[in-house]
Amino acid sequence: MADFISRRPIWSIVIAIAVALLLALVFAVWSPGMEAVLGRKRVFLSALFNGVTLGALYFLVASGFTLIFGLMRNVNLAHGSLYLFGGYVGYSAGALTGSWLVALLVAFLAAAIVGVLMQVLLFRWMEGEDLRQTLVTIGLSIIFADLLLWSYGGDTFQVTTPDWLSGPVQLPFVVALRSNGEAVMMTYPLVRIAILVGAVATGVLMWLALNRTRVGMLVRAGVDDRDMLAATGVRVQLIFILIFAFGAGLAGVAGVVGGTFQSLQPGEDSKILLSSLVVVIVGGMGSIPGAAMGALIVGLAEQFGSVYMPTYAVMLTFIIMVAVLTVRPQGLAARR
Amino acid sequence: MAAIDNRTTGYRQPAGEGLADWVARRGAGFWIVAALLAAMPLIASPFWLVQIIAYSLILGMIALSLMFLAGYGGIVSLVQMTVAALAGYLVAILGDSAVTQISLKWPLWAAVPLAVFLAALFGALSGALSVRTEGIYTIMITLAIASAFYYLTLQNYTIFNGFSGFNGIVPPVFLGVDWRGSQAFYYLCLGCAAIAYGVVVYVSRAPFGLALQGTRDNPRRMAALGFDVVGHRIAAYAFASVIAAFAGVLLVWFQGQISPGTAGIGPVIDVLIIAVVGGLSRPIGPFIGALVYVLLRTFSLDLLEGFGLDGKRYQLVIGLGFLVIVLFSPNGLVGIYERLRERHERSRESRASAMRIGGGAP
Repeated sequence: MADFISRRPIWSIVIAIAVALLLALVFAVWSPGMEAVLGRKRVFLSALFNGVTLGALYFLVASGFTLIFGLMRNVNLAHGSLYLFGGYVGYSAGALTGSWLVALLVAFLAAAIVGVLMQVLLFRWMEGEDLRQTLVTIGLSIIFADLLLWSYGGDTFQVTTPDWLSGPVQLPFVVALRSNGEAVMMTYPLVRIAILVGAVATGVLMWLALNRTRVGMLVRAGVDDRDMLAATGVRVQLIFILIFAFGAGLAGVAGVVGGTFQSLQPGEDSKILLSSLVVVIVGGMGSIPGAAMGALIVGLAEQFGSVYMPTYAVMLTFIIMVAVLTVRPQGLAARR
Repeated sequence: MAAIDNRTTGYRQPAGEGLADWVARRGAGFWIVAALLAAMPLIASPFWLVQIIAYSLILGMIALSLMFLAGYGGIVSLVQMTVAALAGYLVAILGDSAVTQISLKWPLWAAVPLAVFLAALFGALSGALSVRTEGIYTIMITLAIASAFYYLTLQNYTIFNGFSGFNGIVPPVFLGVDWRGSQAFYYLCLGCAAIAYGVVVYVSRAPFGLALQGTRDNPRRMAALGFDVVGHRIAAYAFASVIAAFAGVLLVWFQGQISPGTAGIGPVIDVLIIAVVGGLSRPIGPFIGALVYVLLRTFSLDLLEGFGLDGKRYQLVIGLGFLVIVLFSPNGLVGIYERLRERHERSRESRASAMRIGGGAP
């Protein structure tokens, strides 16, 4: 932190001012002049919160994607299919047992098993052939999409929110003042907040696991130089399988999460894949903090875009990607 | 990537080569296929002529532009279908269509060149954006660009007319020929495809193409030799995009309409599938891949139901076929053919040498 400030004083000031402005916008009671420019505060706040929670979902998907890419140089274009697969399986498990947590667990395990099978049966035999692996994942994504369409049909599914997470909750942000001076507080669905907390917890746990454990050390070493790690006698194949299982499992969990506050339907796989592509391109490929940063940016851009410029919401995300590619082709958080 | 073989196609043109040599060097297979294609209207019904062969030629041209980038430049770009769709959209916007409030009704000689130019410019710009990063990132960035274009056409109503797109676009009457007729349209596609094929073969052997293949095999060495690697790659994008843009113009005339679905994620991936299944090592590969793709797409329903399966599962067939090709023959169908021929020649050689020895195996 201090290191960053000393290296980039101007950027630090810009970021600090932006954060301060944002906090002021969130906590202040808006004057009529501000409402004229920015619209109702309720709209602004819900766009902000929806953006952050959408970012949390993108982070869950993209962190697995970026881990797999960073370690195995495998652009897994079937990652969106794993998301949709996890979502459908979680939906079935949830409908069967009635428990949301069981749905999460089953989705994680099912997607992880598929991921392990993909790594063991296919990618292991074509190591170092980046393009061929990518082509295989494209073929797999087509096959998965059709198999899922076959077994679940074209209907829209929604995973039921458990009772203890349903309903709105009041947040300590003033949205507006009534004419009698009474403050109207912001209310927000509890489940989205739970998802945000869960994603942040996952991110912190991943950071701890990567930076404080032995396996994490091996993974980081593998990201830096896979061949040298293998040469020191580490069984890299085991680590690959572990990471593939974990990344795929996260995608499966994200499927249930996405199915809870969005919906599951054919075509959702390529949508989420594209979002995580942009997240990873913006954040920097192979970097977990980059994925978090990119997910936040993309989620916010999508939500604010759809509120303030509805026709070009997708273009806003794209413009951000182009801007990042022009200024820092390697992504915001990548070291190289 | 094994699919992009190190095939050096460079050779020095022998001085004073006659027409007869040129004809002979093409080989018998080339002339048989050429004659067959030229005489196709005599043997094929209008359905086959336009819906199968002309469509394959158009898709083959789009895939050819990808093959040029991937095979000679090592750049797997997913933006070629988008370039083609943009050219098609521009023809509809600048030219004539049933959406009269947007179409500008420019004459053909102005609309088509401008459409091709703008689409090629778009391709070159996407190239400039994606060549800054290396190798496998290109797929991700071009996929993101392609999907951004798809969503733009879906959401924009002032220029791209949103979900419904444009319809009522017809091939023009030009040079006294009505290109709407099935024979005329077939020959138009054939002519364009033949020119595109010839130009790609020529460029692959020209200094630019050789330098491009150098940047594919060893960019650092090429940079050390003084070649502008990024410049070559962007130029390759621009060149390939011109081919894709012409194919896009043909495509919009073929379909008579254009909508966001033309540029969707599915078609974008399909072009990659066509190029890979056909083979990325030779310019003929994409056309073979396109023919197989169009045949599968047209007849999969009958074929699958003939085997007693559900006819709706044709995506599954395409996906499995693609997977099998990628897993077992990185050079696609062309690679399978070459391998078979090599094996045949080797067995003939070994038989011949066995005869010379006198068959006296110990």
